[in-house]
Amino acid sequence: MRIPILKLHEYLLITIQVELDDQTALQFQEDLLNKIHDTGAKGVVIDLTSVDMIDSFIAKVLGDVVRMSKLMGAQVVLTGIQPAVAITLIDLGISMREVPTALDLEQGLDKLQLELEG
Amino acid sequence: MDIQSCVEVCNEWDIVSARQLGRNMAKELGFGNVDQARITTAISELARNIYLYAGSGKICLEPVEQMGRKGLRIIAVDNGPGIRDIRKVMEDGYTTSGGLGAGLPGVKRLMDEFTIDSTIDSGTEILATKWLR
Repeated sequence: MRIPILKLHEYLLITIQVELDDQTALQFQEDLLNKIHDTGAKGVVIDLTSVDMIDSFIAKVLGDVVRMSKLMGAQVVLTGIQPAVAITLIDLGISMREVPTALDLEQGLDKLQLELEG
Repeated sequence: MDIQSCVEVCNEWDIVSARQLGRNMAKELGFGNVDQARITTAISELARNIYLYAGSGKICLEPVEQMGRKGLRIIAVDNGPGIRDIRKVMEDGYTTSGGLGAGLPGVKRLMDEFTIDSTIDSGTEILATKWLR
């Protein structure tokens, strides 16, 4: 299974709408980095509105892809983390402190714009 | 609905099946959104541990009732190498697989009751229960 990555001007938009298995998550990591490379995108929004569970493995894959993208020069924002998911992540002991987040897609794009301009 | 449902865990896709079963049972038993996420996440962590460290095993789920309380119990069993130092694996951040080391201590926090029983060279059994509030 491949997660579609959409290009919008200098941004890439991803909305994860499938139940993430390990392979899909790792494939997505690779696909996103390749897409950043091919398009020269400056910013990425990964929307998690439809994701109802993030375990430690998926959290690690997401945290890693944010850092990997940063190495390449692209800023990633995670958006739409559900209340139940936020509670579960903190229970698990995962704070994703260094990962930029925003409430929704709109605020995520605003955040990227601010960071890329400033 | 007193019957145990089990999922054999031998590959990465079985992890997804196990947590889908957990989500459905938690929903049927009347758990709220947040507890459903807690239960599903706990199952995912336990199933991944089986896959990573034991190779294969199973996750069983059963509705439980005790002193008028209803709940859901996760039973994670494998015949793997066992855990040498249980105290160590219950420490936050301890990992031998390059993960976040959040698994077992995380599961303990996500659930209400947690017991672990492990014998070297014969396997591990973990029981974790969440009660309906």
